[in-house]
Amino acid sequence: MTVLAAGPSERAVAGRSLWRDARARLLRNRAAVGSLVVLGAIALLALLAPYLSIHPYDKVYFDRIQVPPEFAAGHWFGTDGSGRDLFVRTLYGARVSLMVGLLATAVALAIGVVYGAVAGFVGGRVDELMMRAVDVMYSLPFMFFVIILMVMFGRNIYLIFVALGAVEWLTMARIVRGQTLSVRRKEYIEAARASGVPAPTIIRRHVIPNVLGPVIVYVTLTVPHVIIVESFISFLGLGVQEPLTSWGVLVSEGARVMEEAPWMLLFPAGFLAATLFSLNFVGDGLRDALDPKQRP
Amino acid sequence: MFAYVVRRIAAAIPTLAVIVTIAFFMMRVAPGGPFDLDRALTPEIEARIKAAYRLDQPLHRQYLAYVGDVLSGDFGPSFKSRDFTVAELMKAGFPASLRIGAAAIVLAILVGMGLGTLAALRQNTPADYATMGLAMTGITIPNFVMAPLLTLVFGVYLSLLPVAGWNDGAIRNLVLPVIVLALPQIAYIARLTRGSMVEVLGANYIRTARAKGMPERIVVVRHALKAAALPVVSYLGPATAGILTGSVVVETIFDLPGMGRYFVQGALNRDYTLVMATVIVYAALIIVLNLIVDLLYGVLDPKVRYA
Repeated sequence: MTVLAAGPSERAVAGRSLWRDARARLLRNRAAVGSLVVLGAIALLALLAPYLSIHPYDKVYFDRIQVPPEFAAGHWFGTDGSGRDLFVRTLYGARVSLMVGLLATAVALAIGVVYGAVAGFVGGRVDELMMRAVDVMYSLPFMFFVIILMVMFGRNIYLIFVALGAVEWLTMARIVRGQTLSVRRKEYIEAARASGVPAPTIIRRHVIPNVLGPVIVYVTLTVPHVIIVESFISFLGLGVQEPLTSWGVLVSEGARVMEEAPWMLLFPAGFLAATLFSLNFVGDGLRDALDPKQRP
Repeated sequence: MFAYVVRRIAAAIPTLAVIVTIAFFMMRVAPGGPFDLDRALTPEIEARIKAAYRLDQPLHRQYLAYVGDVLSGDFGPSFKSRDFTVAELMKAGFPASLRIGAAAIVLAILVGMGLGTLAALRQNTPADYATMGLAMTGITIPNFVMAPLLTLVFGVYLSLLPVAGWNDGAIRNLVLPVIVLALPQIAYIARLTRGSMVEVLGANYIRTARAKGMPERIVVVRHALKAAALPVVSYLGPATAGILTGSVVVETIFDLPGMGRYFVQGALNRDYTLVMATVIVYAALIIVLNLIVDLLYGVLDPKVRYA
């Protein structure tokens, strides 16, 4: 309790922290800032999806099946093979794709950080055993996992992605463990130990905040990876169920008709590519910004 | 080093055993079975089928019997592809996957490391951004889009290459699948190479090499690339296992007889023995490749010693 009470005063003397420096460096990186703007715009479009189009996402227009973009009728991206408005479907797809990306990454983050920090901090036999378990899980084919989970959870996309996050945490755990090993001998940890702070509190208050840099970078790379996995699952026909949609579903539908209806591929694929590009640029920018060697 | 290899292989045996156990029970816990049909079987037939595949025995008995079979080299009959044993299916699928996968890996290493090095040498110039942006398209375009796109352009419009098919592994038929498989790997490898190359190029020994007047080409190729390859090598271990065991997307679109399909079909059909065999092959590949990665580390990094 005494440790918690010390919180506010610590923050009061924050001064020129690593984080503030990192933010300044990130804001100087034009590619990263541009990407953040793009991501913000896409997220905003996804949030406002129902208000941006006169068409509901699941309404079928039998007289307008697979028509190219048509501004007069409000079909800015055309319609799909069932006569539904593609613009509003692309935005609804953004909702699902971004949501599953964030959800799975959050699960991976929660498990991976705790697991890696505990393994690295406790060390010795426990560490060896815990990392051996990670190695074993690494050797199981990913596809096998995904399909078994799909079978067990039925077709509930959110549960599947919680489960997917439970597979994705392995790399996160390795990164966090490596970082923890390098901070556990630092003076501030020794000081905390000497003053009798219990190990779980040290992990929570001192180890985890100090290993977050590489973790944040990895998070920006996990989100695009999960979005790609989602699209792959959709290609196999195991993704979200109609009439709900995702970028993966839209892109794989579009890929099937790319010759006769290229708009059905181009618009969702464009959104998908822009998001993945941006996340990767933000990840690169963060890595450079958080690298202490680059500190002026 | 020999003792090290032996020790690593010995350590792999319990790992494999755990993997087999996890996969076996996960598969069985999943709802549904290989002989679930829309049309109900008569009880006698169902009982006979179950007895033939040992499904009537308690789970732990099935497990022990399966492990015994595998240890004696018998992967059992396929539950779904009647008349085929799993070993026959693997023998049919694995060589094709191996061939395409190996070509894709080689292509990805050459192009990926080349692009990454070029970008690092011109760090933060338009050339750097263009190269990395180009490499990134490999990650941002899903392979089920890239494959039909390339087919459409090179197969249909330009009529340069066959649209699909295996044709006994003719080179012309392999070009497009290999490129589609390699593109995302090129992107990852180029990014890794650029990152580590930028770091290595700032190291003191590179400055020394340049200061003593060594030609830039030799500085880069002989000194820098060797150190910069380390993260690429550790990435390639697991990535190679994934690529060599085939990709269901590429095999489906190009109609190739690889084993990537087995992972998906086997798991969806509850073809227990087929899935177990793919899991074992994959895990064994991972273990072997990780060992090779660690040995390569010793070659590339003089600081690494095998105790």
